[in-house]
Amino acid sequence: MANVPADLRYSKEHEWIRVEGSIGVVGITWFAQDQLGDVVFVEMPEVGRELKQGEQFGVVESVKTVSDLYSPASGKVIEVNTKLESAPELINQDPYGEGWILKIEVADPSELENLLDAAAYEAFTKEG
Amino acid sequence: MNETLKRTPLYELHLKLGARMVPFGGWEMPVQYSSVIEEHGAVRQAAGLFDVSHMGEFEVRGPQALDLIQLVSTNDASKLAVGRVQYALMCYENGTVVDDILVYRLDDHRYWLVVNAGNTAKDWEWINTARERAGLHNLEIIDRSQEIALLALQGPLAEEILQPLAPGVVLSQMAPFSLSKNVTVTGVPTLVISRTGYTGEDGFEIYVKAEEAAALWEALLDAGEEKGLLPCGLGARDTLRFEARLPLYGHEISEQHNPLEAGLGFAVKLKKDVEFIGREALVKVKEQGLTRKLVGLEMIDRGIPRQGYPVAVGGEVVGEVTTGSFSPTLGKNIALAYVPVAHSAVGAEVEVIIRGKPLKARVVETPFYRSPHKR
Repeated sequence: MANVPADLRYSKEHEWIRVEGSIGVVGITWFAQDQLGDVVFVEMPEVGRELKQGEQFGVVESVKTVSDLYSPASGKVIEVNTKLESAPELINQDPYGEGWILKIEVADPSELENLLDAAAYEAFTKEG
Repeated sequence: MNETLKRTPLYELHLKLGARMVPFGGWEMPVQYSSVIEEHGAVRQAAGLFDVSHMGEFEVRGPQALDLIQLVSTNDASKLAVGRVQYALMCYENGTVVDDILVYRLDDHRYWLVVNAGNTAKDWEWINTARERAGLHNLEIIDRSQEIALLALQGPLAEEILQPLAPGVVLSQMAPFSLSKNVTVTGVPTLVISRTGYTGEDGFEIYVKAEEAAALWEALLDAGEEKGLLPCGLGARDTLRFEARLPLYGHEISEQHNPLEAGLGFAVKLKKDVEFIGREALVKVKEQGLTRKLVGLEMIDRGIPRQGYPVAVGGEVVGEVTTGSFSPTLGKNIALAYVPVAHSAVGAEVEVIIRGKPLKARVVETPFYRSPHKR
């Protein structure tokens, strides 16, 4: 299912992570952006910040809602998607691609076992 | 969703249109159909259709109807002609706000008071208590909220969309804040159409019997579709009214705020010949001068102000945001906030504390947006 890509891991806070080597790319899911509506603001952490799994690192705001962002894995922030500062709507348009939020150096790959796979995440979003 | 929430007669149609439903003022209401920004833009550029059937309608009629309205309303209803609508506030004895209302004069001795959904029960109690205390027996008050649905057709193309469906009325001759009774719209008999709204655009509010609402809603959407009319939810209604600086109860006005500091002095007639409830307190406020004022803020730093965020000057908290949002029309992050009069001049710099960080903002003119189309 396109809205929950099979190659990603998911948090119950609706972040996804795609691990490529030692780098993890993080964003919010299609479900999350759909629930939020038009995204108009993203607050991202400083590059270099060390995040713990589950730590709040920023917020995403739609016209009506403020929603906290949590890191799906521990690691150092090595890049943030500065395009989102002027084009936060990329999160709505392409949440798994152009709408990525940050990249981290994954500190402990075994932590990914704490996350949901696509099937489990999809089931989780349907529990309501 | 909570089972005690009330539903408007259009509930099923909202679901069919894919609306996201949320609780609001005791009702289950559509907050958006497609996107708040898209719906907002439709109202600014073309037109939008809103279900605002949650609003309450009280009919006040009889020889003493005007006396009761004059007692509870800050505005001067003795100046209200038959066929006209007046914005007003109801205040507590201490001058703070019970609710803001529209007063419709339908006939010589027949009025409607249109009240906010979430305040309907409180207002009903308030008005009836005022009536008893004043011993006004020669009138009737009827709560018609259940039997009346309300659709708002708003935007620069509202007249163009509505006119062909309503051959019995010449809309171009309807001034802002005027009303027409018993107009048939596409075969549906309506109760009242008024040239009023809550979006900062031209438009109409159409009061119709609950059982006729669905037919009217569908006919309007069909007729407006090719002109860009969209069904719009409460999300867009809020950003639209906010850009136009129209107050929302529980935000800019409440039992914590008086209408003078909210900038609503135009609807407070301290010199009218009836001692309305709250008048004495408001006269004092006026004599002593305001201590704080509602102002518009535009963020200089990056961040979106939200209701309840503190406003500070030099690190000291001096006020509070009442409404804040990204403005879809301006593309800026703006707010309405109470600040001390000393910091209320246009151009003054303040800080809005967003998640613990003081971020720079500037006092700007309001309304943030003024329609180039509005009559």
